[in-house]
Amino acid sequence: MKAFETFETPSAARVNYINAEYGLKSWLLTRDHKRIALLYLGSISVFFFIGGLYAMFIRLELLTPQGDLLSSTTYNKVFTQHGIIMIFFFLIPSIPATLGNFLVPMMIGAKDLAFPRINLLSWYIYLLGGIVTIWALLAGGIDTGWTFYAPYSTTFSNSYVVATGAGIFISGFSSILTGLNFIVTIHTMRAPGMTWFRLPLFIWAHYATSLIMILGTPVVAITILLLAFERLAHVGIFDPAAGGDPVLFQHLFWFYSHPAVYIMVLPGMGVISELIANFSRKNIFGYKFVAFSSLAIAVFGFLVWGHHLFVASQSVYAGMIFSFLSFAVAIPSAIKVFNWTATLYKASISYDTPMLYALGFIGLFTIGGMTGLFLASLAVDVHLSDTYFVVAHFHYIMVGGTLLAYLGGLHYWWPKITGRMYPEGWGRFSALVVFVGFNLTFLPQFIAGYLGMPRRYHAYPPEFQVFNVLSTAGASILGVGLIIPFIYLLWSMRYGKRAEPNPWHLPGLEWRTPSPPPTENFLATPVVTWEAYEFAPPEEMQVIGKMEEEETV
Amino acid sequence: MQTSWIPFVPDSASTVSGKVDALYFYLSGVTVFFTLLISGVLIFFVIKYRRRNPFEIPRPIDGSHKLETLWSVIPFIIAMSMFAWGAQIYFENSRPPQNANEIYVVGKQWMWKIQHSTGQREINELHVPVGRKIKLIMTSEDTIHDFFIPAFRIKTDVLPGKYTTQWFEATVPGKYHLFCAEYCGMNHSGMIGSVIVMQPTDFDNWLSGNASQQSPAVAGQQLFQSLGCVSCHGGSGEGGRGPELAGLFGRKVFLSNNQTLTADEAYIRESIENPGAKVVSGFNPIMPTFQGQVTPEQLIQIISYIKSLPGEGAKPATGAPASATSPTTTSSPAGASATPAKK
Repeated sequence: MKAFETFETPSAARVNYINAEYGLKSWLLTRDHKRIALLYLGSISVFFFIGGLYAMFIRLELLTPQGDLLSSTTYNKVFTQHGIIMIFFFLIPSIPATLGNFLVPMMIGAKDLAFPRINLLSWYIYLLGGIVTIWALLAGGIDTGWTFYAPYSTTFSNSYVVATGAGIFISGFSSILTGLNFIVTIHTMRAPGMTWFRLPLFIWAHYATSLIMILGTPVVAITILLLAFERLAHVGIFDPAAGGDPVLFQHLFWFYSHPAVYIMVLPGMGVISELIANFSRKNIFGYKFVAFSSLAIAVFGFLVWGHHLFVASQSVYAGMIFSFLSFAVAIPSAIKVFNWTATLYKASISYDTPMLYALGFIGLFTIGGMTGLFLASLAVDVHLSDTYFVVAHFHYIMVGGTLLAYLGGLHYWWPKITGRMYPEGWGRFSALVVFVGFNLTFLPQFIAGYLGMPRRYHAYPPEFQVFNVLSTAGASILGVGLIIPFIYLLWSMRYGKRAEPNPWHLPGLEWRTPSPPPTENFLATPVVTWEAYEFAPPEEMQVIGKMEEEETV
Repeated sequence: MQTSWIPFVPDSASTVSGKVDALYFYLSGVTVFFTLLISGVLIFFVIKYRRRNPFEIPRPIDGSHKLETLWSVIPFIIAMSMFAWGAQIYFENSRPPQNANEIYVVGKQWMWKIQHSTGQREINELHVPVGRKIKLIMTSEDTIHDFFIPAFRIKTDVLPGKYTTQWFEATVPGKYHLFCAEYCGMNHSGMIGSVIVMQPTDFDNWLSGNASQQSPAVAGQQLFQSLGCVSCHGGSGEGGRGPELAGLFGRKVFLSNNQTLTADEAYIRESIENPGAKVVSGFNPIMPTFQGQVTPEQLIQIISYIKSLPGEGAKPATGAPASATSPTTTSSPAGASATPAKK
């Protein structure tokens, strides 16, 4: 924060981070966090598209009870690869690596992240991991489920387990580096006056997420490594035939993968806090509660992995402790929902697209969170685990939560990122389509789950068909709702209305610089004299460092 | 059973299923209530406080410790009520009752092999009587499976190299789904079957109609002979160079490393597959391993035979597991009577 000083304001055709340099090399070797965010945006979009294609095949196959579209082997690979691509290559990097990368420095008033080269390195590592994984999928694919349970994955599966694992192992390091970069940046590079409790809640959420990335990701890396050793050399870690314990794998795997759920959802909560506050022009009700609840979730999130093992021969007493802790971790999330809702009291609420996504998020996240209580509840979980109820529950959190937050955030910051407005009418329309399609896809799966339909079934008894037909119909609508923004966002990059520096009239630092911002983010060093979400008349929320310049011209 | 008129609830056919449903209804009620409450308040606020002037700035409200404490404490209390209720049912069900009939289940890619203690074998079908407690002792020949009967609301993983148990008491005759609920490879969704619940008299007829097969204990006795166990453990498990096996199950065992344990299925299995791991005090580790020479099913048979051997005089000090064995022998007259007949 002390590092940079006011510099000359460009007067004529404004130089911004996009037109500052041209050519492929200027992108591939950039150290600008905003350009790296765009590199991530492009690559995760490709992975999202691949994961979406797999989802399409799953839904088409399940339209009829017979396994008639794909062979069993292919179906098993399709749902496995849907999970792996969506979780490791879309959801985990989605908000932190794109919106987080772009906005963490801007929101705290820094020129860049603390380690710009490491930031670029993280993208290359992610890309390498992605390429290795895609290679494994093309070479033959993997059929273990995204959870890689031993001993199926170590002994019985005849697919590219080690190669896929290698891809995930590699890409994990990009998470660790991103987390490290965020933590150091947030600690050391805040602008003058940007105290901890003036930080936007987006930053708090990313801080909490970064902690999980640094502490959790090494565990999944070790787990995958052990899995590879076991598969290649049969050393007897997980394979009972050689004296190992397959349940040990589940403990290790979920020790990372449950916190990973919070890697996926906490940044989404950060986005939603921004959207709710800014589109209702109110400071978040109970800012500190919401900020600390992110940290509480990050800490408690490490203590609940055993709730994935209630029927896996875990001790009864361990089960009871994990159940208790799982209920406890629900409380900080509940607080957030209540505080977001209370923020809207006596507010000035706009119906812009990002706000529609935020409202949708609150509704869906409430359902996703409440259905999590069913699964934390021991006796009910015995019936529900490994059924479609679980599938519906985590899609409510990950799609209804994270994906909606991501889309809402993308629309919200789109003018800043691209310097262009997206078409508002289309935006609202597609938000509505996504909401309807999503609910139609996943609500019936709760019912099918309680009726006993197991997950990962290629064929199923005919009485479940009606729910699957509804799901597939919903998924088609959801697909349309996701293709529309893809088209108009691309369109708007060239033809959209030019964005003002502060199109929504907001106080955040990212809005006090031109759209798109210059490479150095701000025209002058910002000095923060206002609280987070302290709304003021537009003339008091001008671009920092530009006003005098405009007057002199 | 009386819940069958409620939509979206599966058949309810065990003594547990009604309890699970009651908790499920409670959870559903709370979920619907809070979802409606939150969305209702959201919609109300969004309409009432919509932006009327593009530059209006509402008066900031920082929060209210009172309210926030309230909506931390109330959800916590509700969550704890869910926790306690769920844990109570789970805990009750975690221990199979002592007088349960035992049925052995072996999962393998991609079928369920089931054997009753009287010897009847079934594949992908499980016949059980109404009103009797049934304990399933389960293991897997390959990867992890999961024995799931939705109508009974029970499910437990079936693991290789380990025994897991679950129990139920069916209440309504009928045919119900049996699913494998842990992904186990190519034909996972084909690893399904039926549970057929019959009236006790029908069940007994069914059982006697299929009585041609050996009980696991008898088969285990033959293995005990053919594998040469008799040379050290004695013709009827009375012991010799190896420790006495008669009455072993449920008894306290003193090990050469000064530890004690209570002999259960897992211990007997380990001693067969990896004899050096836990050597009984006073004996030498001379027993060869039988790992790879006996299949999981044969292991079950040998264990079943060892369990059927009556102990003499030396009644075990530990209560629960020991008395659990006695009903086994009484409830499988074929197995118990066959043993002395062979002598």
